Amino acid sequence: MTAYIIRRLLLVIPVLLGVSFIVFLTIRFIPGDPAEILLGEDYTQEAVEALRAEWGLDKPLLIQYGLFLGQLLRGNLGISIRSGQPITRELAVRFKNTLQLALVAAALASVIGIAAGVIAGTRPFSLMDMLTMAGAVAGVSIPVFWLGLMLMYAFAVKLHWLPAVGVGTVKHLVLPGITLSAFTMATIARQTRSSVLEVMEQDYITTARSKGVTEKNVLLRHAIKNAMIPIITVQGVMIGRLLGGSIITETVFAYPGMGKLLIDGLMGRNYPVVQGVILLYAVTFSLVNLVVDLSYALFDPRIAYD
Amino acid sequence: MMAFAHHRTKGAKSTHPSRRIWKRFKKNRAALIGLGLILVEVILAIFAPLVAPYDPIKMDLRSARQPPSSQHLVGADELGRDVLSRIIYGCRISLTLGLVSVGIGLSFGMLLGGPSGYFGGRLDIIAMRFIDVLMSFPTILLAILVVTVVGPGLYNAMLAVGVAQVPLYARLVRGLILKLKEKEFVDAARALGVSNSRIIIRHILPNCLSPLLVQTTLNIASAILSAAALGFLGLGAQPPTPEWGAMLSKGRLYMRVAPHIMTFPGLAIMLTVLAFNLMGDGLRDAIDPRMSRFRVAKG
Repeated sequence: MTAYIIRRLLLVIPVLLGVSFIVFLTIRFIPGDPAEILLGEDYTQEAVEALRAEWGLDKPLLIQYGLFLGQLLRGNLGISIRSGQPITRELAVRFKNTLQLALVAAALASVIGIAAGVIAGTRPFSLMDMLTMAGAVAGVSIPVFWLGLMLMYAFAVKLHWLPAVGVGTVKHLVLPGITLSAFTMATIARQTRSSVLEVMEQDYITTARSKGVTEKNVLLRHAIKNAMIPIITVQGVMIGRLLGGSIITETVFAYPGMGKLLIDGLMGRNYPVVQGVILLYAVTFSLVNLVVDLSYALFDPRIAYD
Repeated sequence: MMAFAHHRTKGAKSTHPSRRIWKRFKKNRAALIGLGLILVEVILAIFAPLVAPYDPIKMDLRSARQPPSSQHLVGADELGRDVLSRIIYGCRISLTLGLVSVGIGLSFGMLLGGPSGYFGGRLDIIAMRFIDVLMSFPTILLAILVVTVVGPGLYNAMLAVGVAQVPLYARLVRGLILKLKEKEFVDAARALGVSNSRIIIRHILPNCLSPLLVQTTLNIASAILSAAALGFLGLGAQPPTPEWGAMLSKGRLYMRVAPHIMTFPGLAIMLTVLAFNLMGDGLRDAIDPRMSRFRVAKG
C-alpha cells in the first residue's frame, strides 16, 4: 500500500513535466515570433529583447524549456499583455473563484445525484425510476451553455429571482452552480442506480434481510456503502468534466474565474495568460486525480496494490 | 435465409450475432427513438436545400428578430434569417462535425493504442505516459489547446475535437487488445505461424468492433457537444455558417427581446446528442446485456 502511494506520487512528476512541455510547445507552434506573440500588438524593440533574454527565446528549444521550467518553479508565468501585471497574481484570484464554483457544483451533483440514483435503483422499473433516468439521460445530453442561458432567462430575466451575471454573493453562485453540476449530477445518478441494482442482488443483502435487518438498515449499512465504490472511480472523469465545464459556464455567466480568463485571453490574443491558465487547469486536474486515486486505494481494501 | 441456415448447422448459436443484437436492440423503445431521430436528421441534412423554407444565409432585415409565426415557424434571427432553415442546414454541419472528429479520434487512437497493447514493452510504456499527459487535460481544454495553435474555424474545430478524443480511444483500444491477445484463438494463430499484421487485422480487430461501435456512438454525442461548445465560445465555426453553437452565441445577445433565437438551436443540439446517447446505450445493452449495469459514460 505504502509502495503504491509512493509510486503513484512519483508517477505524477513525469506527467506534470509532460503537461508543462505541451503547454510550452503550444505557444511555440503558433505561427510567428514567440517574443512578439507573447508581447501582443503594442511592444517596443527593447521589450522584445528583454523578453528574449528573460525566457532565452534565442536559445535551442530544450534549453528554452529548461528556462521556462525554472521560471515556473519560481512562480513566474510572465506578464499579462492586457494588464501588465504578473499573471500569477491574477491567476490566484481567478483560481479561488473557479474553485468556489466547482465545489458548489460538485456538492450539488453528489448529493442530488446519489439520492436520485438510490431512489431509482431501489425501485427498478417503477415510474419514479423511469422519470429519474429520463432526467439523467437528458442531463448528459443538454449543452452546458444552453442550460445556463435558459436558467438565466427564466430566473434572472423573467422572474428576477437571481442575478444573471457576476460574482460576490451566494446568490451569484446558484445559477452557475446548477448549470455546471447538471452533467455530473446525471452521470452520478446513472452510476449510482446501476451500482445499487448490482449490490441489491448480492448474497450478503439477502443474508442481511433474512437476519431480519430492517430495509432501511439494509440500505444504509450494506447497500449504499458498497455501492459507493464504483461511484468513486468515476470521480476522476467527473472532475475533468467539472473543470472543462467551468470554462463554458463562466463564459455564460460572465463569472470571473479561470475559464473566463482563458476565453478572454484567447479572444484578445493574450497568450501569456492563455498559457498560464491552461497550465493551472492541467496541473489542478492531475493533482486532483492523484488524490482521487489515493483515496480509492484507501476506500477499497479488497484491491491489492503492488 | 442462407446465412441463417448456414449458422444453424454450426449448432450452438442459432442466429448470427448481428441479428441477435438487432433483436435485442429493437425491443428497446428509447434506443429506437434515438435511431429514428438520427435517421430524421440524416434525411434533413441530405435534403436540406429541398426541406428548408428559406436560404440559411440570406439576410432580411425587415423580419429581424421576428418571433415564431406562420412565416417563420421558429422565428427569424438578429439579421432576419429564418432560424428553422439555419437549424436544418446546421444538421449537416453538426453531423459532419461529429463523424469527422470521431473518425480522427478513432484512427489516431487505434494507431497509438493498438501497437502499444499488442507489442507491449517499451513502446507501450512510452505511449501510455504520453496518453497520461494528454489525459491531464479535460477534453474541452485539449480541444481549446489545439484551437490555440491552429486558430478558430469549422475545420479546425473538427480537428480539435478529434484530437481531444484520441487519448480516450487509445486507452480503449489498448485495453481491448491486451485482453484479446491472451485468448486461445490468438495463440493458435501464432502457433500456426500467422504474421502479426494478419493476426491484428483478421483475428483481433473484428473482436474489437462491438465495444468500439458502442463507444463511437456515445463519442459522437460528446463530440457534437464539444464542437457546439467551441462554436459557442467563438472558437469553432464562424459566422455566417449556420452552426448551432455559434447561432446560440449570437442569439444570446438578444435574450431579452428575442429569446427564440437562442432557444431553438440549443434544442436541436440537445435532441441530436440525446439521440446518439440513447442509441449508444441501446447498442451497449443489446451487445452485452451483462455489461449494461457497470458502464459509465466517458467524456
